[in-house]
Amino acid sequence: MAEKKWPETWQEVNPGCIVFRPGSSRDYHTGTWRAERPIWDNSKCIKCGICYLFCPEGCISEDEEGYFAADLNYCKGCGICAHECWPGAIKMVGEE
Amino acid sequence: MSKRIGMEIALAAAEAAALCRPDVIAAYPITPNTHVPEHLSEIVAEGRLDAEFITVESEHSAMSACAGASGAGARAFTATSSQGLLYMAEILAIISSMRLPVVMIIGNRALSGPLSIWNDHSDIMSQRDIGWISLFAANGQETVDMTIQAFKIAEHPDVMLPTNVNLDGFQLTHVVEPMLMPDQEEVDRFLPPFKPFAALNPDDPVTLGALGLPDIYTEACKSREEVLLNSKKVILEVWKEWEEQFGRKYEPIEPYEAEDAEVLMLTMGSMGETAEMAIDELRKEGMKAGLLKLKLWRPFPFEELKEAVKGAKVLVVTDRCLSYGGAGGPVALEVRSALYEEKKRPVILNYIIGLGGRDVMVDHFMEMIRTAAKADAERPEKAYEIYGVRE
Repeated sequence: MAEKKWPETWQEVNPGCIVFRPGSSRDYHTGTWRAERPIWDNSKCIKCGICYLFCPEGCISEDEEGYFAADLNYCKGCGICAHECWPGAIKMVGEE
Repeated sequence: MSKRIGMEIALAAAEAAALCRPDVIAAYPITPNTHVPEHLSEIVAEGRLDAEFITVESEHSAMSACAGASGAGARAFTATSSQGLLYMAEILAIISSMRLPVVMIIGNRALSGPLSIWNDHSDIMSQRDIGWISLFAANGQETVDMTIQAFKIAEHPDVMLPTNVNLDGFQLTHVVEPMLMPDQEEVDRFLPPFKPFAALNPDDPVTLGALGLPDIYTEACKSREEVLLNSKKVILEVWKEWEEQFGRKYEPIEPYEAEDAEVLMLTMGSMGETAEMAIDELRKEGMKAGLLKLKLWRPFPFEELKEAVKGAKVLVVTDRCLSYGGAGGPVALEVRSALYEEKKRPVILNYIIGLGGRDVMVDHFMEMIRTAAKADAERPEKAYEIYGVRE
């Protein structure tokens, strides 16, 4: 049987709501909260990594070439990366 | 074998807590509970108890340290009073929701203001709905016994809930009484080592205190409610075991001359002993008066209360706290709710007494009971009365 996302009845609630599986918060895709997504213009990016440092979700990672991108499963679209990016390489674009 | 001692009750409470071998004690001093952690710090310093004594910077930190310690699988203990309890409030609810069996002694004290260091029950009553088990001691012996019982109740696998033991500030904390102090072997026999349900451990990670979305929060609340209500069964079992081992009986509502009583008074904490003397005097006068001493406040003993009052015409409920803007004292509110659906129930009077350390004497209890006795014929106009307030 597939594991339930969360208990359906109160009887299924673990004592103290303890979660025994580590890393389970990754199952919750907070990216669905997003109203705007960050788009990188790599022609302007100087690979400084300031977006990576400031992302409060820790969802920005560096690719093999040294450019950065957000994991949209977890990016809430706060726009801090775009605000901090001083070469202006990140734009916030509305979600359709 | 238990030893007969004469000792200040706060110190005896510390001795009793030490016999339970807590691993972590985190406390911040506040009158009138201070002697409890102060004496425990001495016991640790003397090497009589192998525990971490954390001298935190506030009650908020004291309870937070207890949460962390208990979450890591340690037996944790703290004590506080009044504003200290309120400063802990945020963590109190978290600890019960996480099912961490922390034990706390509360030397009950009035809330400010006006600033008062003296005793009433407004501190614990402000925190009555946060999911802790609450016991009320009437004297030194009960304080010692309940402190030890509290660990066993709290840590029981069917309970795993934090438990507080309430003793009246000064009227108990600072009074020297004769008591029987169990020895280490007796307590070890009664109280097994703490086996946590789950503990924080990097090798076997678990998440404590996770987010509860609207999809799960209601079920989490229901689960807490059920476990607290069901804890009464364990409390009764633990009290029975205590009685078998130590010969002292505990029950949620202890009756005194109550069997044939037409007028019953209900008290909590140390005032019960003064009220007993009033009952003795009234019995000498031929009045069928009796007393109920409430020892278990949460979970509230609904069935036991209904049973205890079923023969009475009048029930006088005393409260050492006022629910401002409400219908009297918190104990009376609970009692009225408990009896509302009963076809036959006594007339209920509520006296708010002993606020902020105001003395309540034997004569006062006699007067309250005499007045209440007439209430069977003449129902009182007010739901409650602040006894002895100067007008």
